[in-house]
Amino acid sequence: MEKIILHADLNNFYASVACLYQPEIRSFPVAVGGDQELRHGIVLAKNELAKKYGVKTGEPLWQAKRKCPNLQVVPPNQKQYLYFSRLARDIYADYTDFIESFGIDEAWLDVSASTNLYGNGQKIADTIRQRMKEELGLTCSIGISYNKVFAKLGSDYKKPDATTLIDKNNYKKIAWPLPVDALLYVGPATCKKLALFNIHTIGQLAQANLSILKQNFGKSGETIWNFANGLDQSPVRNIHLEQTIKSVGNSVTTPRDLQNLQDVEIVFTILAQSIAARLREHNLKSNVVQISIRNNQLLTINRQATLPYPTFLAQDFAMRALSIFQKTYQWQYPIRSLGLRATNLQTGKQAQQMTLFEQQEEQIKQENLAHTLDILHRRFGENCIKPAVLYQDPTLSNRIMQEEQIGSIL
Amino acid sequence: MSRKTFVSVLVAYDVFGAIKPLSINWKDGTKFAIAQILEIKRAASLKVGGNGLRYTIRIENQITYLFFDELEKKWFVEEK
Repeated sequence: MEKIILHADLNNFYASVACLYQPEIRSFPVAVGGDQELRHGIVLAKNELAKKYGVKTGEPLWQAKRKCPNLQVVPPNQKQYLYFSRLARDIYADYTDFIESFGIDEAWLDVSASTNLYGNGQKIADTIRQRMKEELGLTCSIGISYNKVFAKLGSDYKKPDATTLIDKNNYKKIAWPLPVDALLYVGPATCKKLALFNIHTIGQLAQANLSILKQNFGKSGETIWNFANGLDQSPVRNIHLEQTIKSVGNSVTTPRDLQNLQDVEIVFTILAQSIAARLREHNLKSNVVQISIRNNQLLTINRQATLPYPTFLAQDFAMRALSIFQKTYQWQYPIRSLGLRATNLQTGKQAQQMTLFEQQEEQIKQENLAHTLDILHRRFGENCIKPAVLYQDPTLSNRIMQEEQIGSIL
Repeated sequence: MSRKTFVSVLVAYDVFGAIKPLSINWKDGTKFAIAQILEIKRAASLKVGGNGLRYTIRIENQITYLFFDELEKKWFVEEK
């Protein structure tokens, strides 16, 4: 039987929530922006009116205000976003338990088994949109299709507050003329490379020669070719399975640009400490470290590497992160933000592969020490005992630690 | 133009944990007894801005809305 998959996208989510609480700004162009002093002065989200003025997500607030002088800038409110995201999920859960979130404001729903109760996909989508408006005061766009990829294309197709059906009869008409970067997993780099093969639309990708794609794009060439042809088979995850943590990570935009390796070491140390503490809290270990580096030209580089053994020790993550960094970054530009993430998680008690040469005893000693430090931090605060490297530049490290705490509360 | 006015409300909890507002204490000290609750549903207030559990209530012969903002744990009305 053909699946019926919806993809719901809350329109201009952050800006819409802001406008809901402040009706007086509703008729103005609105941008949600970060704190200018902490150098988060960028547009995080905007409403339709601001979009018309050419305000773009990610651009500095001063630039946006130049384009649109009466732009209303409101601070972000993470608590509200999480609350509304949960309310939206509660509505989805009335129709299916196959709900897979994609960020805070998007979700796939597999309603194949609910049509006898609630009507066809179109009917369910329209009911959800109506309820969103009445109960949450927000609008959403919903795409309906027989696979997740086309459902997502559908929700992007017509905004705001609309339902778009992409089925086997009309996908060539609706999906194929769209630019290829509208497709899931086709980012700017892939898009550029596809252009070299004269592939600019989803239709051109679908009709491209699969073996040539595989040759040039590897496995992902096949994946996006399947996507373009509506052959994506991936299921919508069950809501109950989604709770498991897959990775633990943090990133921070630093109060000043990072200029040298010592700055980077300070930031990685702080991030690693927070990540390691959270892993210990959940009794998890990780053996894959990912870093992201964003320079002051806003170019982002992501890299990952494995660790020889699963760990929850901050120093292991920090040292590995630093070594990846040294291999990757050439210091053409100073750095604006750094991220660190531990993935490939396993429970702390799982049997693990022992290494041939590392000192297991030393590892156990360090783990006990980390647990002791956790107790000290809980009792006397994060500042009672810190890695020495943080004292190299107390101003930088204190500012970042403050933000870290804010971040982890959110 | 209506405006959002937070109010002090006397409530009762039933054995299931559901909240039943009994009376509203207005800012001038007047107490309005809630004679009847006609409907409870989640709703947005587009008029004054906000969202919560919306109680459609009757005070004497007037039917009006009373909102419970679950995020802020505060009650508000759409004051005319």
